[in-house]
Amino acid sequence: MGSITLDHVTKSFGAVTIIPDISLDIRDGEFVVFVGPSGCGKSTLLRLIAGLEDVSGGKIMIDGADVTNAHPAQRKLSMVFQSYALYPHMSVRGNIAFPLKMEGASKEKIDEAVGNAAAILNLTDYLDRKPRQLSGGQRQRVAIGRAIVRQPKAFLFDEPLSNLDAALRVAMRLEISELHKKLGTTMIYVTHDQVEAMTMADKIVVLNAGRIEQYGTPLELYSKPANRFVAGFIGSPKMNFIEGAEAARFGAHAIGVRPEHFTVSQEAGSWKGVVGVAEHLGSDTFLYVKSESGDQLTVRTSGEIPVRSGETVHLTPMDGRVYRFDAQGHAIAG
Amino acid sequence: MARAISTRRKIAISAIAWLVAFLIFFPILWTFLTSFKTEGTAIQIPPKFVFFEWTLENYVTVQERSNYFRHFSNSVITAVGSTIIGLLIAIPAAWAMAFSPTKRTKDVLMWMLSTKMLPAVGVLVPIYLIFRDLRLLDTHIGLIAVLTMINLPIIVWMLYTYFKEIPVDILEAARMDGAGLRQEIVHVLTPMAIPGIASTLLLNIILAWNEAFWTLNLTTTRAAPLTAFIASYSSPEGLFWAKLSAASTLAIAPILIMGWFSQKQLVRGLTFGAVK
Repeated sequence: MGSITLDHVTKSFGAVTIIPDISLDIRDGEFVVFVGPSGCGKSTLLRLIAGLEDVSGGKIMIDGADVTNAHPAQRKLSMVFQSYALYPHMSVRGNIAFPLKMEGASKEKIDEAVGNAAAILNLTDYLDRKPRQLSGGQRQRVAIGRAIVRQPKAFLFDEPLSNLDAALRVAMRLEISELHKKLGTTMIYVTHDQVEAMTMADKIVVLNAGRIEQYGTPLELYSKPANRFVAGFIGSPKMNFIEGAEAARFGAHAIGVRPEHFTVSQEAGSWKGVVGVAEHLGSDTFLYVKSESGDQLTVRTSGEIPVRSGETVHLTPMDGRVYRFDAQGHAIAG
Repeated sequence: MARAISTRRKIAISAIAWLVAFLIFFPILWTFLTSFKTEGTAIQIPPKFVFFEWTLENYVTVQERSNYFRHFSNSVITAVGSTIIGLLIAIPAAWAMAFSPTKRTKDVLMWMLSTKMLPAVGVLVPIYLIFRDLRLLDTHIGLIAVLTMINLPIIVWMLYTYFKEIPVDILEAARMDGAGLRQEIVHVLTPMAIPGIASTLLLNIILAWNEAFWTLNLTTTRAAPLTAFIASYSSPEGLFWAKLSAASTLAIAPILIMGWFSQKQLVRGLTFGAVK
């Protein structure tokens, strides 16, 4: 079991409030990603759940038990840090065994658990090496191994892949997702990378300035963003926003269209514009178009289309794919 | 062409480095050589460098006239004693400042360092009077206390810089892994800090061993370390260069040998944090 509940949790450092008031329910076995720009409070929130920071107000409950003032170790959670945080003086075996040693487990139990974890993570051949003799990906696996052996109620990941190169990041992303399927344990994962969030999460919490902007499944966030912030943050490239007369025509203060929701024509369409830069990737074509009304629009079409820089194109948003927002940035329903 | 210039440059730089090293080492070498001369040869002008009649007479005289081993054991007691007490105070202090700093931590560190900026002679009279009234003059305890205090700011600073380099993440990971404070210190912090503590310990022993101002002013016979042993050959019966040199050689030999064996550790300690 590993359900986690935050009840009106607040956190301030001196006069600076990082988290004004957050309530959140995470169900047992869910993979929840906290995502948001730098400084939005996502790491702080994770550290509050871990017990590495004290809350300024509110309650944290794990499986219904109040752990607000409990020591990190008593919360039975495991954490994987961005810096791996391996014990440099211990071998891989020593690192993975450490949590069990602290529990006072028997030698047989430790050996078995370390063997299992190493097998799951392909670390069997490296058990006697020191962390400094491992590559970045292997180190991160050791950190995950150390987290697994405790059989925690939930795993906490604090931007675990940001120190890895792009290719390795994709591979590790898959590994973590597979691990979640295999273990079925609750996972909370912090990242600023919305692609990681979209690909891994059962549910995403979008945070901004210490507030939850929206909590839902990746596709809910993509297709029904609650406000302009979420609409702009989820999706890559970012959603195009158009204000002024054109938005007013749709009965909104601003409208948003995702780059992949345009049809491009060289003859006719809703908005006319000139292509500034055209990027041809083969699988996709990205166009950066300056519209007649002066808006800078990003367009993504799948496959190759024969449009060059400097040419005029006509863009039409697809039916039902125009998002409308009021002056406060809230989405207008319907 | 470029390679030729760089080779010439390398040779020039090496030559300068050797010259500077020789100049720094020369007084020690000269002391060592003089200790094997007769008093007559020692003051001879022009001085003889290597080609003189080597004699052990000075060492014999020094042994007869004074008790080297008593001074040596006093040096060991005060240097080791002040280092151990210093570390016992400095480790928790540096630990606290490195891992739970407050707004005032930097000020406290600067204040501690600022005490080293006062010339020692400025507090000689009050300290002497306090020592006299507490009957600490010429005692091991008194000397250990004063050596601990004068070196404490340096030990705290060194350890603080060292502890600062230990990533907090690792300590937090240990906490998450179920380690209590005691286990965190025993299993994670101490093994990681041992190299830093070791180099601080070595440097402090050297500083305490060589300290002359306080040892000369606060001791006479019972607690007098090797610095006092050297000083006793410098004046009362006129200048005896050869015997003074023999006494000096005997006094610096132990610390020189220790420094030689631990130089790797020392250099790491002194330059720690300077470059990543």
